[in-house]
Amino acid sequence: MRRRRRTPVERVLARPGPPFEITFDGRPLTALPGQSIAAVLWNAGVLAWRTTRVAGRPRGAFCGIGQCFDCLATVNGRPNQRACLLPAAPGDAVTTQKGDGRADLAD
Amino acid sequence: MVGAGVVGAACAYYAARAGLTVTVLDRGPVAGGTTGAGEGNLLVSDKEPGPELELALLSLRLWRELGERHDGPARSAEYEAKGGVVVARDETRLKALRSLAAVQAAAGVETREVPGDRLHELEPRLAAGLAGAFHYPQDAQVQPALAAAHLLRASGALVRCGERVTGLLRGPDGRVGGVRTVPSGALPAGHVVNATGVWGGEFAAAADVFLPVAPRRGFVLVTEPLPRVVRHKVYAADYVADVASGSAALQTSAVVEGTPAGPVLIGASRERVGFDRTLSVEVLHRLASQAVALFPALADVRAIRAYAGFRPYLPDHLPAIGPDPRAPGLLHACGHEGAGVGLAPATGLLIARLLTGDQPPLDVHPFRPERFDRTT
Ligand SMILES: Cc1cc2nc3c(=O)[nH]c(=O)nc-3n(C[C@H](O)[C@H](O)[C@H](O)COP(=O)(O)OP(=O)(O)OC[C@H]3O[C@@H](n4cnc5c(N)ncnc54)[C@H](O)[C@@H]3O)c2cc1C
Ligand code: FES
Repeated sequence: MRRRRRTPVERVLARPGPPFEITFDGRPLTALPGQSIAAVLWNAGVLAWRTTRVAGRPRGAFCGIGQCFDCLATVNGRPNQRACLLPAAPGDAVTTQKGDGRADLAD
Repeated sequence: MVGAGVVGAACAYYAARAGLTVTVLDRGPVAGGTTGAGEGNLLVSDKEPGPELELALLSLRLWRELGERHDGPARSAEYEAKGGVVVARDETRLKALRSLAAVQAAAGVETREVPGDRLHELEPRLAAGLAGAFHYPQDAQVQPALAAAHLLRASGALVRCGERVTGLLRGPDGRVGGVRTVPSGALPAGHVVNATGVWGGEFAAAADVFLPVAPRRGFVLVTEPLPRVVRHKVYAADYVADVASGSAALQTSAVVEGTPAGPVLIGASRERVGFDRTLSVEVLHRLASQAVALFPALADVRAIRAYAGFRPYLPDHLPAIGPDPRAPGLLHACGHEGAGVGLAPATGLLIARLLTGDQPPLDVHPFRPERFDRTT
C-alpha cells in the first residue's frame, strides 16, 4: 500500500536544499531554505514568540500572510519583524519580543 | 444631522441633550470621512486671537468635561490633557513665538516660555540646541473616530448609516422640511444640519446655496508602537504659519505626538490638490525628516503606514456654523479645516442653542454661512 504523504514537503514532492540552523532564545532549531521564521518556529512546536504591550499575553502567527502583525518577533536584535514573512537565514537569532520591543527607548 | 463625523456627532450630542429628537444620517460608516483620516490634536496653541481661538477655548473646556467627567463620552476615546510644546530652532523663530504667545495670553490662552536649556525637563528626547519653546497646557488629544462613535452613542440619537442625502424637501413657503435620501426617499425633519465636512459645498449646492468648501490634503505617518518617546504634542514654530497660509502649494511642518496605543503620529502636510489620494513619497520624506530633526531617537524607528485625508477648507479659515437665511430650516456645521476635532464640541453646543432658540455662548456672526460671495 502506498504511504500517505503528510507533510507539505512530502505532498509537493519537494526536494529542499540542505537544512541549516537558527536559534530561538538561544535554543537551536532546524530550518529549511525558503521557510519563514514562523514556519521554523511552528515546526519546532513554538507557538508564541512575543508578549503583548499591556497585559503581557503570548502571541505568535495568526493570519500567516503579513496582514495582522500578530507575529512580530525580534530577529538579530531588530524588533517588530513579521515572522510569517521573513525568510529564515542561517544563523538567525530570534528572541522573544517583550511588548513593543523598544526597551532601548523607554524612560 | 447629515454626516456622522466628529462634528455631526457633537451636534447630535448637544442637540439631544437640549431635548431635541435627533436622527443622524451618513452615506458611509461613522467616522468614515475626514474624521477617520486625520489626527486628534485639540489645540489653542496654533491659533491667533480672533473668532476661531474663542471657539477653540470654549471647545477645549467642553472636551475636558467630556473627557474627564466620569460619564463623559470622551473618556473612552483616549482623551489626554497632555499639553502642547511649540519649539523654535533659532532666536528669530523664538521671537515670533513670543509675540504670538503674548497676544494669545491676552485672549485667555495659558502659555509659558521654556528656555532651550530647560526643554529636556519637558521632553527628554527633544533634539539638543533648540533656541526655546512655549508650553501650552490647555492643548489636548483625543482619538477622533472613537470620539465620534462615543458622542453618537451617548447622544441616544438614531444613527442611520448607508443613507445618502441627495436633496432637501421644501414646503410651499420654501422652508426646508427634511431630506431626500437614497435608498429611503423622503425623511421629514423640522431642521436639517449640514455636517458633511469637506463635502459641505456639494451638499449646499443640492440645497441651491453657495458654500465654497474645498479639500486641503494632509498626510500622516504612523510609526511602529513605541514606549513614551514623545510626551506632549510637539511641533515646530513654522507650523503656525503653515496653518494660517492660504497657499495651495505644499507645506509641511512636523507635528509629533504619541498615542496610548503606542505608535507615534507624524503630521502634517497641507496642499490643495483636489480629492487626489495618490501617496506622495515626497511629502512622507519631508514629514519624516522634520520629525527626526525634532526627535533624533525616531531616526531608527520604522514607519509602518501612512494615510491621507481631506480637510474641509473655507477661504477665510473659519467654519460655517449657523442657520442659512437663504434656506430657512437648514443649518450648517462644516468647513472646520484642520481643527474640526478640536472645534467639534463648541460647534455642537452652538448648533444646539441655535436650534432651540437660546442664546449661543459666543458671537456666531463670524461663522455665518452666507458670508461668501459666488464671485470671490
Ligand atoms: C491629515 C489631517 C490631520 C488632521 N489633524 C487634525 C487635528 O490634529 N486636530 C483637529 O481638530 N482636526 C484635524 N484635522 C481636521 C479634522 O479631521 C476635520 O476638520 C474633521 O474631521 C471634520 O469633521 P466633519 O465631521 O466635519 O467631517 P467628516 O468627518 O468628513 O464627516 C462628514 C460626513 O458626511 C458624510 N456625507 C457627506 N456627504 C453626504 C451626503 N450627501 N449624505 C450623507 N452623508 C454624507 C460623509 O460620509 C462623512 O462621514 C485633520 C485632518 C487631516 C486630513
Ligand atoms: S501572522 Fe499575521 S502578519 Fe504575520
